[in-house]
Amino acid sequence: MDLFLQLTLAGLAIGSVYACVALAVVMIYQATDHFNFAQGEMAMFSTFVAWALYQTTGSIWLSFLIAVALSFIAGIIIERVIVKPVENAPIFNQIIVFIGLLMIFNNLAGWFWEHTTKTLPSLFPEHGIDSTLISTHNLGVILFTLLILGITFCFFKFTKVGLAMRAAAANPDSARLVGVSVGWMLALGWGLASAIGAIGGVLVAPIVFLEPNMMSGVLLYGFAGALLGGVNSPGGAVAGGLMVGVLENWARQYVPGGSELGLTFALVLIVGVLMFKPAGLFGRVIIKRV
Amino acid sequence: MKLLEVKGLKAFYRQTQALFGVDFELEEGSITTILGANGAGKTTTLRSISRMVRTEGEIKFDGQDITGLSTEKVAALGIAHVPEGRGTFVRQSVEENLQLGAYTRKSKNEVAKDIERVYTYFPRLMERRQQQAGTLSGGEQQMLAIGRALMLRPRLMLLDEPSFGLAPLIVQEIYEIMARIRDQEKASMLLVEQNANIALNLADQAYLLETGNVVMSGESEILRNDENVRKVYLGY
Repeated sequence: MDLFLQLTLAGLAIGSVYACVALAVVMIYQATDHFNFAQGEMAMFSTFVAWALYQTTGSIWLSFLIAVALSFIAGIIIERVIVKPVENAPIFNQIIVFIGLLMIFNNLAGWFWEHTTKTLPSLFPEHGIDSTLISTHNLGVILFTLLILGITFCFFKFTKVGLAMRAAAANPDSARLVGVSVGWMLALGWGLASAIGAIGGVLVAPIVFLEPNMMSGVLLYGFAGALLGGVNSPGGAVAGGLMVGVLENWARQYVPGGSELGLTFALVLIVGVLMFKPAGLFGRVIIKRV
Repeated sequence: MKLLEVKGLKAFYRQTQALFGVDFELEEGSITTILGANGAGKTTTLRSISRMVRTEGEIKFDGQDITGLSTEKVAALGIAHVPEGRGTFVRQSVEENLQLGAYTRKSKNEVAKDIERVYTYFPRLMERRQQQAGTLSGGEQQMLAIGRALMLRPRLMLLDEPSFGLAPLIVQEIYEIMARIRDQEKASMLLVEQNANIALNLADQAYLLETGNVVMSGESEILRNDENVRKVYLGY
């Protein structure tokens, strides 16, 4: 029973990180109808920035906050400079741009910081709680993610800008007619997604080690979480990310040979959801008139 | 005073030209209607004013040329567009739709008061204030669209076929409310309609559009009594 609880709690911790990535992916998807394949690499780059800042400042929290703020600004700039010019281009061109971004960030990180793994300390104290069920870092990750997601939810639900961002994503023409600058709302969405991705990156770095490919697996799990929850439901994406984290941990332990099957599991989940429940658990089925 | 002056307006969708030099004007505090059949260019005329389509020619609002502005800047000048298809934010609540209508305004207090004022025009919206707007009936969504436009405190309302797809009784109800809005808010309206009968009843001035050209204009009375208009557009 203790083992089961340990696995579940650790799954929730890693699932929190998947939830951050899934939420970032879904935010962009809702506004643009596209998956940002570079979301993971952008988060990885942000994490390296936090690491570099940590080398000079010596304070992990300060480095973390600066890195998140920089990621927010970078997300806005990327949307304005790189994504906006192709906004009306065919879907294939847009996917190429996203993949291009992925390669650029991956290579830049390798160039600046080399491919040797680095260690980024946890945001949370080493000996905070005395429990055999969960480590302090994992507990911190779960609680901190819940806090961030709660703030994000309140922002979208209760602020004027949050409402305008939802309106711009759902009905851009109508949003313009009431005076919302849809272009800037998209840019702001990229900024927020990029900041949330950065948070996920810094939280996961102490678990997976910091190197340029650290997010490739996380992104795949994040996608699986987003699909499982429903790509048009931010709340669903968060729930999906948490579920994927827990399921992954269970599968590793209880499925024979499961410890070798990590990514296979994510792919099976993605294909399974797409085949049997394409709208996800909490998503809506969208019927388009042609 | 002339609130809106349009001269030699041409509009294009890619290569296709939809308007061929349209002229019209609107006095402050009055209602002007643009009539015409399907495809005559009525919606395009409104979209030109809101800068949603490429145009040539002159569009002056309150003496200022607005052809260089973006759609959201035009809205910020006080031009509220009730679009074709009603433009409902379907996943947002009725009240959130109204709040979005007031996006360009600063004072939270005044916005809250205006929401209550919209509810006095449309009590049915008040009953459904927390409901998802997509679940409203067509008539209620039209009311919501007009209410959303009012939330801007508009100097000019552009109304694209408020009668479209609605039962005659509902159309009548909505037009009665529009008349009340004109009287109480001193609102100026540019009204586009296929339903010539009901639009001529409400409007002071009327223009008749055929395939992107103005073919007739004058006071509503004059068009109503014209034999040709009567036969083709009023059907008696």
